[in-house]
Amino acid sequence: MVAENIENVKGAIHIDNLVKTFISNEGETVAALNGVNLDIPAGSFVSLIGPSGCGKTTLLRQIAGLAEPTSGGVFVDGKKITKPGADRGFAFQQATLFPWLNIRDNISLGLRARHVYKEHKQDVDEFIETVGLKGFEKSYPHELSGGMNQRASLARALVGHPDILLLDEPLGALDAFTRMAMQDEIHRLWKKYKTTMVMVTHDVDEALYLSNYVVVMKARPSKIEQVIKIDLPFPRVRTQDTFVLYRKKILEILNFAGKIPEPEYYL
Amino acid sequence: MKNKLTNTLRRFLPFLGVIVALAIHLLIEDSDEHPEAEEAYYTWILYFFLVTTFILGIVSTFVKKLKKSLEYSGAFWGGVGIVVAIIDIVIGKLALFPVLFFPKYDNILAQFFEGYEIILKCIWHSTKLLVTGFLYGAGFGFVTGVLLGFNKKFNYWINPYIKLIGPIPATIWIPISLTIFPTTFGASVFIIALSVWFSVALMTSSAIQAVPKAYFEVSRTLGASSAFQIFRVGIPAAMPSIFLGVFYGIISAFLALMTAEMFGVKYGIGWYISWQKAMLVYSGVYAGIIVIAVYCMLILTLLFKLRDKILNWQKGTLKW
Repeated sequence: MVAENIENVKGAIHIDNLVKTFISNEGETVAALNGVNLDIPAGSFVSLIGPSGCGKTTLLRQIAGLAEPTSGGVFVDGKKITKPGADRGFAFQQATLFPWLNIRDNISLGLRARHVYKEHKQDVDEFIETVGLKGFEKSYPHELSGGMNQRASLARALVGHPDILLLDEPLGALDAFTRMAMQDEIHRLWKKYKTTMVMVTHDVDEALYLSNYVVVMKARPSKIEQVIKIDLPFPRVRTQDTFVLYRKKILEILNFAGKIPEPEYYL
Repeated sequence: MKNKLTNTLRRFLPFLGVIVALAIHLLIEDSDEHPEAEEAYYTWILYFFLVTTFILGIVSTFVKKLKKSLEYSGAFWGGVGIVVAIIDIVIGKLALFPVLFFPKYDNILAQFFEGYEIILKCIWHSTKLLVTGFLYGAGFGFVTGVLLGFNKKFNYWINPYIKLIGPIPATIWIPISLTIFPTTFGASVFIIALSVWFSVALMTSSAIQAVPKAYFEVSRTLGASSAFQIFRVGIPAAMPSIFLGVFYGIISAFLALMTAEMFGVKYGIGWYISWQKAMLVYSGVYAGIIVIAVYCMLILTLLFKLRDKILNWQKGTLKW
């Protein structure tokens, strides 16, 4: 991928020959990532898509610094990643808000953890407003819907103004309509804060709707199959011909287009 | 209209219950096998409740909250009056059981009216023991549990000993602790603390280990330090189970307290009961049991109130 920074200067990701292996229960060494090379320009929106077992979540956790690489490494703005940091926000598939904190305290958690809450109080208010949770600051997570919780979790990840936001199927647990509304929400946040976004998803439409680049990955052996630049203006229209063409192209790479493959086993 | 009438009646059911108990007590002679008490204490108490239940019934007409709760619980308290009356018939009026072991109400109440000084002293003494032992036990238990939950090395070296010592009933150590500690007070505090310590430590450590890994990952990606992860993530998340440990702890503390007091400590409710028993004053034994029942109930109510305050957030997530 050619490094052409989109407006932003910070948050460029360089992945250099990244290998991550696990020891399986049978004692065999299994490669979750098999020498991955990828460049993500600062300020871009990149989706990682592929079948389960292709290593896309492992790759995302490597960028977050939640797990050590076996060899190779991830570099953000030239610096090697060794542990999680506030420069890289992370939104999980489940909102994982803390049930003992109200929405406001949940969102300001990272600021408190880094002892910068006092200076950034108004940021918290701003983000509560941005994600549409004004009036729910004092509510507890269990009192709100799944979509609202997920918005709070996005606000929590973004309130510290990270250079990069990593999204691990953040909308996977939501129903179809909430999901589409939330996609617009994420797009709006990206436009507003110009954060580099890396999102893992199973949903081709979601990837096409939001991304500059779609990284198609394959399993066994896990590797990057192709990086596709999406040359469509925002806001994107899901029914547009060119949009459908991109979808067809991605599904073809993933072997899901048209022809039904012979099953490997019968039920 | 009919509904309103039954609801009003419900609020006066406790009053009716007292009337039943009083009528039975006044109309039927006590069995003359019972030794006579100096005063008619039971009648006094019934008159007292007669007045209070009547006043409550009247006042509840105007106080909405009281009205609701009385309409719900009125039948129960009326039933309590009946139960009290039945016991009065079986024990006091007919003396169906040996009167030495089953004294009538007047004689039990006499223990309170005539011996309240010593009973209060005993309550005070037990409270001192319980609070001191509980605080030590809960404090050390919490620290042990947190260390076990977060520190792998500590867990490896210490946990097997805890598993070995913990399940032994703390009261088994009474003979040993009596020789180690210079005072019986210290020995009893130790026993109580030991029994609280185990359940708090166990529940704390297992609760911390059961905290979803995602909570720690979230806080790490937000730049949280280890201390923040322990005190602001792990411990709050484990709080409901820790509280359960405290709850179990206080129950075993009651047990340890009573046993310790029956063994060697002077004063205390447990001591009072075994002393009365030794003198064959069974009315005193019953008085002691009543004190313990009320005492334990008060402490548990206090504990639940505290839980509701601290673990307010839990209301929607789980119930127990």
